[in-house]
This record gives sequence, structure tokens and C-alpha cells, in this order.
Amino acid sequence: MGSTASLPTFKDGTYRDDFSFRNSPESVLRAPFPFDKDEYMYAVNMELHKDGRPGTAYEQPIDVDEHYLAEMRDRALVLDEDPLRCQSLPHMEMAGWDTLELLMECKANSYPDSFSLERDGDQWHWINRPMGIDQRFTFGDATTLPYGPLEYITRQAQGDFVVLDERANNLWMDAGMVTTQADWSLDFDIGMNFFEWHAPVPLAHEKGIFERAIKYLLAVQQSNPARRLNWTMTVNPRLDTSPENYHQWGPENTHITPENVADKLFLRIELQSFWRLPRSNAILFPIRCYFLSMRDLSTVPKWAKRMHRVLNTLPPELSSYKGLDNFRGTAVDWLAQFDDGSPTTPGPFPD
Amino acid sequence: MSTVQYADFKSRPFYGVLKPASAVAHLIVAEGEGAQAVMDLIAKAPADFASKATLLYAEGPYVSENSRSQALRELGFARFHTSATAAAAVPRLHGALDRLRMGTEVYLTGNESALSLFVKACTEAGLDYQGLQTEHRGSLARRMQCVHCKGITEDVTTQPAECAHCGLLLLVRDHYSRRIGAFQGVNINAEDPSDVPPKEEIFR
Repeated sequence: MGSTASLPTFKDGTYRDDFSFRNSPESVLRAPFPFDKDEYMYAVNMELHKDGRPGTAYEQPIDVDEHYLAEMRDRALVLDEDPLRCQSLPHMEMAGWDTLELLMECKANSYPDSFSLERDGDQWHWINRPMGIDQRFTFGDATTLPYGPLEYITRQAQGDFVVLDERANNLWMDAGMVTTQADWSLDFDIGMNFFEWHAPVPLAHEKGIFERAIKYLLAVQQSNPARRLNWTMTVNPRLDTSPENYHQWGPENTHITPENVADKLFLRIELQSFWRLPRSNAILFPIRCYFLSMRDLSTVPKWAKRMHRVLNTLPPELSSYKGLDNFRGTAVDWLAQFDDGSPTTPGPFPD
Repeated sequence: MSTVQYADFKSRPFYGVLKPASAVAHLIVAEGEGAQAVMDLIAKAPADFASKATLLYAEGPYVSENSRSQALRELGFARFHTSATAAAAVPRLHGALDRLRMGTEVYLTGNESALSLFVKACTEAGLDYQGLQTEHRGSLARRMQCVHCKGITEDVTTQPAECAHCGLLLLVRDHYSRRIGAFQGVNINAEDPSDVPPKEEIFR
């Protein structure tokens, strides 16, 4: 068992309408900045997810931060509008219980002041103090919870959660809770295998990225979770950039100007992790989103410099696939003021 | 053929050529020009093949017993049923799948939309899609699901194409869901609705 932590004071920001989401200075510094070099290309950037560096988003296995309650409120709003954002194919019920157990255990172990889990055989008692939840239920009996096990626990956990079934040497996206996605649809992709749901990604298939990645993922064992980082950019701190609603948020992609780029354009970081589940042998794939505005980045000199260089040298296919073409130049111009051309230190962490 | 053009898009189905398998029984589902694929299959098969086979044939809309159906009927299938369209054949296909014997080989042929419907019916019945034989014949017109309103538009031939349900102008992607049996359509001018690109007829 690792160290424990106390939760910060929760912030009240929103991820829609008035977009009042803001990071505290501490929240900026703990973010999992995704670039360890001054340029970016796809790689199988997988590593073990353990022994997390203190004071960072990696410290606890399942990170809970100052945006917890705000993010859970946003998820509830998305689900009210579109219940198809949480789906589970019939054979994935056991993997849902595995997920519930893993997330409850991690949270109770990491943040004992805020979460607790007591077990007496299959009679479980879960307390989530920040959300005011006190739930007794029978493990394995979905009629004792207000939702199915996957939906129940992921309404209380930041980030998206995809559950991958393993069959025929492949991974199949057969369940998930997806409300903070970078423009992909669970409803469309559910049931696809690893190569199929990645089909729209440019360049990476030809580079053999997915063949190597799936070998790594199939070898993930219980108690040895893995992680990787991914990123894109989002106009406004909008968690729910879904294809379902693209016709509503798409126009915002054209709203970036030199005057508003610092506060309106966000680096969207995905901390992805991979957990082998004990009963179902499925893999839980949390995709946790962190936002840093361009102004947030500018408070960390190394990050501002590096962001400038990464955006400046990004291959056009990636810029287009990630949807950055409308504002990449404006961001590069604004970040240039922080880049004196001097070398950056290795690795992703601030100096 | 479509197989070469799209084989490198990983979610998009690609199709082969029907070959007679040694199996206890055969279930063949064909639509329109797929009739010729069935003829070619029979030409390659042992003499007793048709006597162990069921053929469901969708002739095409508003047609009764056309020349293709008559030619197929003469091949001596153990069971032979015709339907007007692929969609109309699906309930009968579900019925045949419910009664499918272990060791039956399944062959599907027709246009892209028909294959989408037939494969979807087979996987819903619990068959592994990788065990199905498929051959594309006829139109490349696509079934398309609107990612916004979830409605399915049939027989899409243009790029972009209008959603028949919500009316949004959609980019027809190569991204394909076997579960839904459709390609994905995403609003093409969301960033600037006043920018209306012309439609080109490309899925024929």
C-alpha cells in the first residue's frame, strides 16, 4: 500500500456555458505535462503506473483533484442529456463489478479521510464524503445499487473509463463511461477491437505503433498497471467535446484570437492507465483529462518554451487530425514570447 | 473492387470471394447482383452442394421473381426463399440463424448496404464475423449512421450527404461499426455552417 493523501478544497468551476473552470497554481504544477522532448511524434510511450512522484497527478494510482465535484456535476449533466454515453455489452457485467471494486479500493486507500470501504463477505458499505454518498449494497447484485456497477462508480470518478474484453489475442471495447472524450463516440465504437477503434488515427498504423502497443497491453498483469499520456488542444475548458455534439461546439474552434488565446485555448492532457481486472480478466482503461490554459503553461517557463516548440514542429497530419489547424498559428505566436531559444532540461517535469 | 481500395482502413469491412466449404450445411444470403456470386460459387462446388444449402435471395425492390431468381431457383437448393430487399430478408435471416445447425457454413453476398445488414444479423445471432464468408457485388452505396441524431440513412451515394433524419450535412467517414452495420457520418460544416461544400457522387 502506498502513501495516503488529503484532498484539496474543491473548486466550483464549470465546463460549459460560462466556462468558469480555473486551475489553482498548485493544480498547474501537479499536471502531467505530456512532452518530455521539444518535438512530438507518436510512440509506444507506455510505462509502469506505480511509485508516483509526490506532488504530481501520478502520486496516487487514481488521482482525485480540486476539480472532482465540478467534473462529477458535468458528467451527470451529460448523462441526463444522452444516456448512451455509458454502455456495457451483456457479457461485461462482471468487469463492471471489478471496476467498482478497483476504484473503491484505490480511493479508500489513497484518501482515507474522504472515502471508505468496509466489506463483510458480499455485504459492502461505501462512503464518499465529498459527494455525500453512504451506500450499503450486495457485491454482485446490481439491484442493490441505483445504477449498474460500472455506471454507479464512474459517476463518482473523474475521467472516462473504457473496459476492454480480451479475446482472440485482441482487446475489444465492450463497455465504457465516456463523457470527457476528445471527439470520439463510445456508442459508435463499442464492440470494436483495438485496431478498429483506432482506425481513424493517421500515421500510427504505418509506424507499427498499434501492433507494439497491443502486445504491451495484453501482457499487463494484476497489480502492475501501466500508463501513457496523450494530448490534444481544446477551445474553452469543455470536457464533453463529443462527436455527438460537434455541431454545437465546433464553431468555437474558430473563436481563438491573439487577444483571447491565453485564457481560451487549453492543452488537453490525457493520463491513460491500464489495469488488469481480477475476475473478468478484462482491462480497465481510464482516460483522465487535465486542462492547462496557455496562460497556465506560461507560469512554468520550461513548459511554455516546450509547448511553443512542439506546436511549431508538429507534423501537419497530426495537427489536422487533432483539430488544431484553426488556432495552432495563433498559439505559436503567443507562446513565442516565452521561448528564448535556450535548451530545455530532459524529462517532462518543471525545473 | 472495394477490397483493394479500402483494405488499409482498419475498421472498414473488406470482402473476399465465396468458396465452397466442406460443411454439414450451407446458408447463403444474397442480394441483387450477388446472384452472380452464388452462380460462381455453385460452379466451383461439388454436385451435392445445393442439396445441402438454403438460399435467401433479395431480388431488389418492386420485383417479383425476376430472371436472376429464376436462374437461382433452377440450381436445386434444398430451401430457396426470395425477398424484395435486403432489409425485408433480415427477419427471415434471423429465423434461419435461430435454427442454424452446428457446422453450417454461412455465405453473404450483395451490395455494401446489404452486406452490412446481413453481417449485423449474423453477429447478433452470436456468430463470429471472422467465420463468415462475404463477397461484394453491386453498389458501394453506404448505410450511414448520423453520430449526432443516431438515425441511419440508407443507400448513401454522395460525399457529403444529408442525414435523412435531422438534416445535418454529414461527412461520410470510412470509420465503420459492425454492431450498427453502418459508416459514421459527422457534420462536415460544424465550424462554419455557411460553408456548404458541393456533393459529389462517389459511392456507386
